[in-house]
Amino acid sequence: MPSRPEKQAPPEFFYDETEARKYTTSSRIIEIQAKLSERALELLALPDDGVSRLLLDIGCGSGLSGETLSENGHQWIGLDISHSMLDIALEREAEGDLILSDIGQGLGLRPGCIDGAISISAVQWLCNADKSSNDPKLRLRAFFGSLYRCLARGARVVLQLYPENHAQLEMITSAAMRSGFSGGLVVDYPHSTRAKKYFLCLICGPPNLSTTLPRAKGEDGGSCSEESDSDGENQTVRVQERQRPRKKQKMLQLTQVHLRTEPFLGNGYGEPKVYIYSSIAVSILEINLRWMDLHTTWVWCSNLSTLDPMTGFWGFCS
Amino acid sequence: MRLLTHNMLSSNIKGVTNGFPLQLEVEKMVVKEVAFNGDFLKNIFPKIEWKALLDAAVAMGCGDLPENAEATMLDNEEFLRKFHHALLQLHLEEGALICPETGRRFPVSKGIPNMLLHEDEV
Ligand SMILES: C[S@@+](CC[C@H](N)C(=O)[O-])C[C@H]1O[C@@H](n2cnc3c(N)ncnc32)[C@H](O)[C@@H]1O
Repeated sequence: MPSRPEKQAPPEFFYDETEARKYTTSSRIIEIQAKLSERALELLALPDDGVSRLLLDIGCGSGLSGETLSENGHQWIGLDISHSMLDIALEREAEGDLILSDIGQGLGLRPGCIDGAISISAVQWLCNADKSSNDPKLRLRAFFGSLYRCLARGARVVLQLYPENHAQLEMITSAAMRSGFSGGLVVDYPHSTRAKKYFLCLICGPPNLSTTLPRAKGEDGGSCSEESDSDGENQTVRVQERQRPRKKQKMLQLTQVHLRTEPFLGNGYGEPKVYIYSSIAVSILEINLRWMDLHTTWVWCSNLSTLDPMTGFWGFCS
Repeated sequence: MRLLTHNMLSSNIKGVTNGFPLQLEVEKMVVKEVAFNGDFLKNIFPKIEWKALLDAAVAMGCGDLPENAEATMLDNEEFLRKFHHALLQLHLEEGALICPETGRRFPVSKGIPNMLLHEDEV
């Protein structure tokens, strides 16, 4: 098995002319990247009003992910460190504007002007120190800090990434949280080593109670969804049973959970607690038991060390 | 690069407090037709720094925009067309973006600005 690209060379050298072409002419890669981008856009959950938005494609490469944004009618700005990848994006007549930049140096964008951002298979590159002057932690902070600033209040970010291990995932997520984001992790197909995909879903600022919960996908391609009525303090979360055909889905009642009104960050990082994304807090035991049914969901955990990287499940925390 | 993007970009050099707007050095510009989308224009308008757009459009040889703009003008079709043209159809193809504070030149080639910083600028 070939080693991870991030281990082989810095991105601007790894994605040279040959690799950039190889990458963009592989029908398998084109298909995978398109699927990931569609999923990211779905998780981005932009208002369903048909209005096109100004989005970022972080690590846009040869424009495969941006194509999905264009197809959905959005304007986008793509950032990438590889000249060769951007050259191919030009060849492919990418509709977004392209900028040669290193996201680890921070994004040079004006505050509050971007409606949302996606990043497909790129951010794990920041965890590699390929020069002695590169400190992954500092680069992640520069990236997330500047990303937070350039987004409009309440805007969202969906980062699909390939963390090498648990420590990397934690490093990335905690950098995001420290920059002020709230959000959670969606793990699609958590049981499959090959199909498993991580989407870090972030919101600029505290979670908004009226935001819709994204659906989660199970290993068998089925999906489960989770809904909450938003009419007061004591909320009821319903979980649809996963395997059943759509129409026959039985609505399972979870026990009552309490709506948290204070923002996530107010809670401190220390105590391991798990939150459903819409800021509905459930007791630790409860959410961990339910987690097995849910497969994936937007969950907030103030201590990522409770995530089991092998299964994608959050383990019990003490 | 369109003026939409120019309107969002700012110089990211360490120590620079006001890196916006980057001045345009235009060697070559091109006009590319794009479909008109009034909803997008209305959505983006409050986020646009008008003076920067105006100056950039002039640097690109387009003097059509009014000196000042307000949200009420978004109901005016003629204004929207001009806004659309300046924001989305004018492309800086070759030239540079200049940091207003340090004078650092970020070259633009084939429409792509090179915003990579040197190590001592990070
Ligand atoms: C696997 S490609 C994905 C490209 C594109 N998003 C897609 O879906 O096809 C990863 C991209 O991340 C870019 N990248 C890696 N590190 C980067 C950095 N520090 N700044 C900007 N781009 C980076 C690489 O140059 C490469 O184009």
